[in-house]
Amino acid sequence: MDSALIPEGVKRCSFKVFCLWLLVILGVIGWGVLGGFMVLWKGLNVTGLNDSFGFGLYITADLAIIALGAGAFFTGFLTYVIGKKELKDIINLAVVVGFICYTGAQIVLLLEIGQPIRGWFSFWHPNVHSMLTEVIFCITCYTIVLTVEYIPLILENRQLDKVPEFHYFSHNLHEIMVVFAATGTFLSFFHQGSLGGLYGVMFARPFAFRAGFFIWPWTFFLFVASAIASGPALTILVCKMVQGVSRKQLVGREAISLLAKVTGYLLTFYLIFKFLDTWWWATQTAPKMGMSFTEFFQGPYGMWLLVAELGVCGVLPAIILLIPKAREDDVLLIVACVLNCTGIVINRFVFTIQNLALPVLPFEELQIYVPTWTEWAPTVGVLAYGALLLSLSYRYLPMFPRERELNPID
Amino acid sequence: MSGNKSSGVRYGMVIDVDKCTGCMACSVACQQENNVSFREDETNKLRSITWLEVFYLDNGKPYPEHRKAYMPRPCQHCDSSHHPYPYPPCTFVCPVNATHRDEETGLVNHIPVRCIGCRYCISACSYHARYFNWWDPKWPEPMEEMLTPDVSTRMRGVVEKCTMCIHRLQRAKNLAFMEGRRELEEGEYVPACVESCPAKAMTFGNLLDSHSEVAKLAKSPQAFRLLEKLKTKPKIYYLSSQDWIRKLADNVL
Repeated sequence: MDSALIPEGVKRCSFKVFCLWLLVILGVIGWGVLGGFMVLWKGLNVTGLNDSFGFGLYITADLAIIALGAGAFFTGFLTYVIGKKELKDIINLAVVVGFICYTGAQIVLLLEIGQPIRGWFSFWHPNVHSMLTEVIFCITCYTIVLTVEYIPLILENRQLDKVPEFHYFSHNLHEIMVVFAATGTFLSFFHQGSLGGLYGVMFARPFAFRAGFFIWPWTFFLFVASAIASGPALTILVCKMVQGVSRKQLVGREAISLLAKVTGYLLTFYLIFKFLDTWWWATQTAPKMGMSFTEFFQGPYGMWLLVAELGVCGVLPAIILLIPKAREDDVLLIVACVLNCTGIVINRFVFTIQNLALPVLPFEELQIYVPTWTEWAPTVGVLAYGALLLSLSYRYLPMFPRERELNPID
Repeated sequence: MSGNKSSGVRYGMVIDVDKCTGCMACSVACQQENNVSFREDETNKLRSITWLEVFYLDNGKPYPEHRKAYMPRPCQHCDSSHHPYPYPPCTFVCPVNATHRDEETGLVNHIPVRCIGCRYCISACSYHARYFNWWDPKWPEPMEEMLTPDVSTRMRGVVEKCTMCIHRLQRAKNLAFMEGRRELEEGEYVPACVESCPAKAMTFGNLLDSHSEVAKLAKSPQAFRLLEKLKTKPKIYYLSSQDWIRKLADNVL
């Protein structure tokens, strides 16, 4: 029924099956919208947040989503600025995933702040000292860049491409894509860093505070490094998932292999500095604030989180990704990427939740945070929104330039 | 003391923990003076707004060594000024400049109509001095009649905290101006909590005025501040002769 919209020379599932799939996704999105509506209508009191946990699931999810969305800018950087041509197979997917991540994060942010209508105030009353001001600016600008990078793909839809103005516009945008890739790299570097800086500058919170270089705490650089180490891993996972669902090879293996190698090296690079930072924080920074390292791990937020983040989800995937034979094994590659991404999610979780759970005043107790359904629903809803955009993009847009070549129709 | 001293004024407080009986008159006076909202069910203390919270402390020992104390905790109006964070931990992080330390007085103020409710300042403050409006305020009839006209109420979705009754400072300055004076005399500007304390445990004034009672008490050998190692330089000093209380004021390895 919608065959006129499907790219030429490729097969897609029947419209009926696709509609059924969309119904499922829309159901989940509906649940998310309901949760979001409750928050906007009744207020944030319907969440599990309180005066001990000013930040909770929304912020953890935002940070994790944005970190994992770094695959967009980094793949763009490798493709257009460094010139790795094999990544042209996968760059469109990376851009769509990035677009989903950033727009999804901003949907959650709308619910997170107590006064969503005042969200633009940071542009009118910016605090030049605040990392959050920088985050708001750069995330907004980078979403615009991602939109500009997504538009040519949309305009390449079979029917839209027939309109000469759209065709020339998208063609010309492609020609100057390196400008957007470079701009995106610059913006993304700073906001990924500022998201780390959000925590590192909290000099009244010993768990989060770090020494640094000039005005930038070490968490600034660590968050950038962890984002570029895990973003490409998510791109690989999404690609594998789309290939699995469609039962086709959509990109050349060399693109995946290159991303896997890059992720492995970046993860190793990140872990070296993360271990150094953790050691310095444990032996120097925290003791100067009167805290011992073991005091930071209490109750459910125990040492196991650190072992999980840096060991199981850090060193282990790094080893797998550094060994060429292991990278070429699809199962090991997927395991390594899943662990890599999980490690980054744990990292964002500990800086948000564990940081706020810990008492700073000696006579206070550990707090426990339990999110409510009004926090889970929009978060999961955003993932479903991602599935929706991805499904529509895969079905109607030429997301994979080599799809026809790799899957000839007899 | 730190911060910008050029104005010669740094308002602060000294609270004598040995005198405090835990009656909470200060907390109630603050709530009333500043139109702090409340709900019918206040059992969830993590959602209650208590600009001046009174901590309960005990030494953890059984009878007959058991000792307890009460420690009123307003906003500490941190005077931190160390490189590269020459601001209080909360004002430094606000993305919209809705909270700011007035360097003329040393008071950390807030602008409720500018606050976007991101709660970054709440996360940054380790004294839990900041509170979020999880609900819209609702005063049962006819309690709206007793709202202080000088203090704006805050709607749902914004952060609020102790202002050291800055509206009283403004009123005192206006009265002094009408009398042809620019300088305030000691006792002309006093927050509601200090005024209400029946045990006279709280002293307020200009910490930079060496003749003031508060400046003398702040220099007492029994004076201490909360979490000094964090370099927040709070302007709320506490007095106690009890070692166990002083030990609870900061983390020690």
